[in-house]
Amino acid sequence: MRKNPFSRPFQYLALLAYMVFLAFPLVFLLTTAFKTDREIRSPDPSFLPQTLNFDNFTAAIERADLFRAAGNSLLTAVTTTVIVTAVSLPAAYALVRFRTKMRAVATGWILLSQVFPFILIIIPLFLLLKNIGLVNTLLGLVLVYAVWALPFALWMLQGYVAAIPVELEEASAVDGAGRLKTLWKIVLPLLAPGLVATSLFTFINSWNEFFFALVLIQDPDMQTLPLALARFVGAEGQVQLGPLAAAALIACVPSLVFFMLIQKRLTAGLLSGAVKG
Amino acid sequence: MTALAAPAPPRRRRRSTDGRDAWLLVLPALLPVMLFSVYPLVYGVLLGFTDAEAGLNAETHFNGLDNYVALAGNELFWNSFKIGLIWAFSVTVLQFLASLGLALLLNLDLRLRWLARTLALIPWAMPPVIIAIMWQLMLNPNYGPVNRTLESLGLPSAINWLGESAIALSVVIVVGVWAGMPQTTVTLLAGLQSVPAELNEAAAIDGASTWRRFWHVTLPALRPIITAITTLDLIWNFNSFALVFVLTAGGPGGTTMLPSLFAYNEAFRYGNFGYAAAMGNVMVILIGAFLFLYLRAQMRRRFQ
Repeated sequence: MRKNPFSRPFQYLALLAYMVFLAFPLVFLLTTAFKTDREIRSPDPSFLPQTLNFDNFTAAIERADLFRAAGNSLLTAVTTTVIVTAVSLPAAYALVRFRTKMRAVATGWILLSQVFPFILIIIPLFLLLKNIGLVNTLLGLVLVYAVWALPFALWMLQGYVAAIPVELEEASAVDGAGRLKTLWKIVLPLLAPGLVATSLFTFINSWNEFFFALVLIQDPDMQTLPLALARFVGAEGQVQLGPLAAAALIACVPSLVFFMLIQKRLTAGLLSGAVKG
Repeated sequence: MTALAAPAPPRRRRRSTDGRDAWLLVLPALLPVMLFSVYPLVYGVLLGFTDAEAGLNAETHFNGLDNYVALAGNELFWNSFKIGLIWAFSVTVLQFLASLGLALLLNLDLRLRWLARTLALIPWAMPPVIIAIMWQLMLNPNYGPVNRTLESLGLPSAINWLGESAIALSVVIVVGVWAGMPQTTVTLLAGLQSVPAELNEAAAIDGASTWRRFWHVTLPALRPIITAITTLDLIWNFNSFALVFVLTAGGPGGTTMLPSLFAYNEAFRYGNFGYAAAMGNVMVILIGAFLFLYLRAQMRRRFQ
């Protein structure tokens, strides 16, 4: 194969440029979170913080509003995940194994719902939740998150269910195991990795969500972490750069941990879902 | 629940019980989706033909096409629509080119590839609000590293990146590209890995240069994936909200007022629910028409 002698160095240079572009903002956020206010504002700043000080983190955690918001986010995301997983697991199984037309309908709905601007959905949802007294409550938020996470969770889980050979279930039935026993002893253990991935995905999406929360939650006591941070940056964030960076980092932790866990499977898992879904 | 306990293997079961079981299992998912997403969506589309307003005593009437007549003469909306198109197309195209370059590099056997791959994924894990906060810190006119780097190079360094109406949209577009690169890169990389190596080797033996191999072998094989990801990116970008809302809130002087922000303000700042829903309808129709034309062109190309 013909090789251009200049191509290798050029490729490394290009890769380096990409890495700087992608990583620099993250590294900067990380270092800012450990710097003192004086270091941040110093006219001659050093790239790394002088000492590893956690003052910004304690300052961020000690703020009652941020702490409460993190609690609200956690509660909302966990409840949403439990509901979505419990509801989508049997549905995904049924959609794959019983070969109904519903599968095409579900996929179609996922695609369709992406095209519609959220403004069309949020106004009626706001009115609906207001009528049943669920505006400004975490329960209302959970309801909305669960409904919007369901189609995607279903779609993802379908890929995992389809990957389990139906012969395994048939063999188990031939051996005399009942339907429920087959599901419990054969299907569920094989589905576990897919179930973990799907529920983590649901958790992260609820944890990160901003728009629905912005409209549906006005009570400061009920706000979620992204809302609280957005208000913080608007109000005092320009003054308290260090605590802002620390709080932003804390808010990223769940999703970063999640992505580290599934990093290798990410490409493979999502694509197998796409092909078989 | 006798049907569930029946020991017969699923494939050979009678159809009628099949259907009933399936419905029982699917219903808990179907009902809430119908009630809280299909119904609101239909309701939302209909609201676009009413004079609905926020408030306790406001009565709602159908007013036909009044909203659309008003919209047609609303210069602010069309201006915002234009900003939305510039934003969505620029971000999608730049994101695609940048991601394709990165995916091609990651597909080579380079050292430190694992690090670049991990880095390329991280923005995906970050909430848009945090990405916006991070870039605000980066672009801070006084303490941000961007201006400080320019300063140390002796270049003009007192630039208010997000507050200058001439450049704010371009700056926001760069942040949008940064935020959206992971999905596109991962998808394109997966596509590249599924291109059979034999094709490229055969072309190389026939004497095709790297560039010609890329243009005549790799790119055609990638086309379906490129169509899918650019379509999705375009929809996501056109409807995106949180990133720009936190970065600039539509300012300075409305130069980054995406249509989603504009409609949000109309609905929840001024309380004009019907009018805002009409904007949503216009957005759906125009973006839907564009997608239809784009996808049809891509399909024709494939079958030629």
